[in-house]
Amino acid sequence: MELLVDLLQLSIYGIVLGSILTLGAIGVSMIFGILRFAHFAHGDLMTVGAYVGFSFLALTGLPVWWALPAGMVGAAATALLVDRIVYQRIRRTQPVILLISSFGMALILRSVVQLIWGPQVYSYSSDIQRPWRIGDITIIPNHVWILLAAVLIVAALHLFLTRTRMGKAMRAMSDNMDLALVTGIPAERVIMLTWLLGGALAAGAGVLLGMDSRLTPTMGWNILLPVFAAAILGGIGRPYGAIAGGMIIGLAMEISTLFIEPSYKPAVAFVIMVAVLIVRPQGIFKGTL
Amino acid sequence: MELSGIAAYLVSFLTFVGIYAILALGLNMQWGFTGQFNIGIAGFFAVGAYASAILTVPDSPWHVGGFGAPFLVGIVGAMVVSGLFGLLIGWITARLRTDYLAIATIGIAETLRLIIANETWLTHGVRGMTNIERPFAGFFEALGLSSAVGMLIVVAACLVAVYFLVERARQAPWGRVLRAIRDNEIAAEAVGKNVGRFRLEAFVVGSAIMGLGGALYAHYFGFLSPEAFLPLYGTFLVWVMLIAGGSGNNKGALLGAALIWSIWSGSEFLMSATLPDAWSGQAGPLRVILIGVLLQVILIARPQGLLPEQAPKTVPFGKAGERS
Repeated sequence: MELLVDLLQLSIYGIVLGSILTLGAIGVSMIFGILRFAHFAHGDLMTVGAYVGFSFLALTGLPVWWALPAGMVGAAATALLVDRIVYQRIRRTQPVILLISSFGMALILRSVVQLIWGPQVYSYSSDIQRPWRIGDITIIPNHVWILLAAVLIVAALHLFLTRTRMGKAMRAMSDNMDLALVTGIPAERVIMLTWLLGGALAAGAGVLLGMDSRLTPTMGWNILLPVFAAAILGGIGRPYGAIAGGMIIGLAMEISTLFIEPSYKPAVAFVIMVAVLIVRPQGIFKGTL
Repeated sequence: MELSGIAAYLVSFLTFVGIYAILALGLNMQWGFTGQFNIGIAGFFAVGAYASAILTVPDSPWHVGGFGAPFLVGIVGAMVVSGLFGLLIGWITARLRTDYLAIATIGIAETLRLIIANETWLTHGVRGMTNIERPFAGFFEALGLSSAVGMLIVVAACLVAVYFLVERARQAPWGRVLRAIRDNEIAAEAVGKNVGRFRLEAFVVGSAIMGLGGALYAHYFGFLSPEAFLPLYGTFLVWVMLIAGGSGNNKGALLGAALIWSIWSGSEFLMSATLPDAWSGQAGPLRVILIGVLLQVILIARPQGLLPEQAPKTVPFGKAGERS
């Protein structure tokens, strides 16, 4: 009985973590689908979004939820800027050079965050929330809001990808680059849009992560591995697979704490990822590889 | 006093250049020659460092050890352990494309760092391992040299040996096959080369070289903790060195190590001298930004590096041996 309660409780944490991972993994997946490289600076893009949201709150004094749109604008602008200044210039060489570049960009972004905000830890709100109790299970109100926000963001993205011309163009480019270019899709605009959306989603993940815990310069880097694991599990290049991937990784990471040290949570994500890479490298849903 | 300070700094500087040059040569074997994207150098570096440390330290109540093996056993052990580790990783990831290999290797490095930090019985966790001795200290003392100078001599000897071996390998048929696989895998397979096997061999050799670098680091520093194996120091700097120097070129790896380490450690001096006191805490991030921007500039302006790769000499047909 007690085990069941623990399991339910951890599943709630897992779903919350999973929804955060999903937002990051969708961005990684979209960028891979369009630009064909694993974006290693994605975690640090999340950090940028979270900190921009924090500063916006500090400047305006608006309620906590305003961090989300502010962070999204900040990270989307950062992603676009990075693409225009750096990635765009090396895009014509092999994609692997972009990978190296993004690894360097990850360290640059993190250092810029450290430079501007310093190494100290911040949090969005210092209020202590009274958890809701349902039987033996406790639910922290923030967790409900995090899940709700993630669902809304994913729903909005779904509408964009299926209902608008640009959204359809993005999916077409991700499915079959050559065919899409032949049909006259404006490639450069789609790429810019990919960075804007990827950055905004990363900021979504970053802000929600910051609400769940606290803001540190390494918060995004620390979650990058689980995000990649979620993207690969869902089939890299498949945004919808990333939702399933994110949830599975999130649940596995939290439930694993029943059996092993919590500090090994990222390793759990990694082991699942390696197992998937060996057994079914295309992911649960066939990826564009 | 002043002069001996400068001399001591110079010895430490050259030792670091030597250790990083060995790491860069190891990466060149994997990436430069074979095109295998290892972004978890820190992991192999750590395996080598801890393997040699555990083999050589005296008995300690905090972690396994007490073998008290001599230095040479330590570094050979480190190369064997990290080579075997590379064999395991290379075998698991053999079928993976570049991007997946990159993600897998960084995952391994980060997981290893978690293990080092958490398994205190093995490594004493974040408190670190101490009492790792410098090699042949008694011998060098008898010659009137300090243990730091002795260390530099040992590092230099290892670097020369590694450089000779990888340069020889590059000219040899084995190295030529690696280049062929990197440039056109299908063609290499079509002429009957066992691509998977050559790849794995290169990965293992590269890993063992990185393990040697790790072992030398452990003995030079005398103290190990997970902090030393953050991706920034263990992986990123080595990548920047190889790319700046010229991947695929062993001389480039040496040049890159010397150049980037000069900039990295020189920037520390420069910033402590020029930054106002209020900004002194910002020197760390500023230095990382400097190196990061340098990498982007190289990738945009000169992706082949300062010393571009040169094809090994073609062998005249008549001398190619029995196939004439």
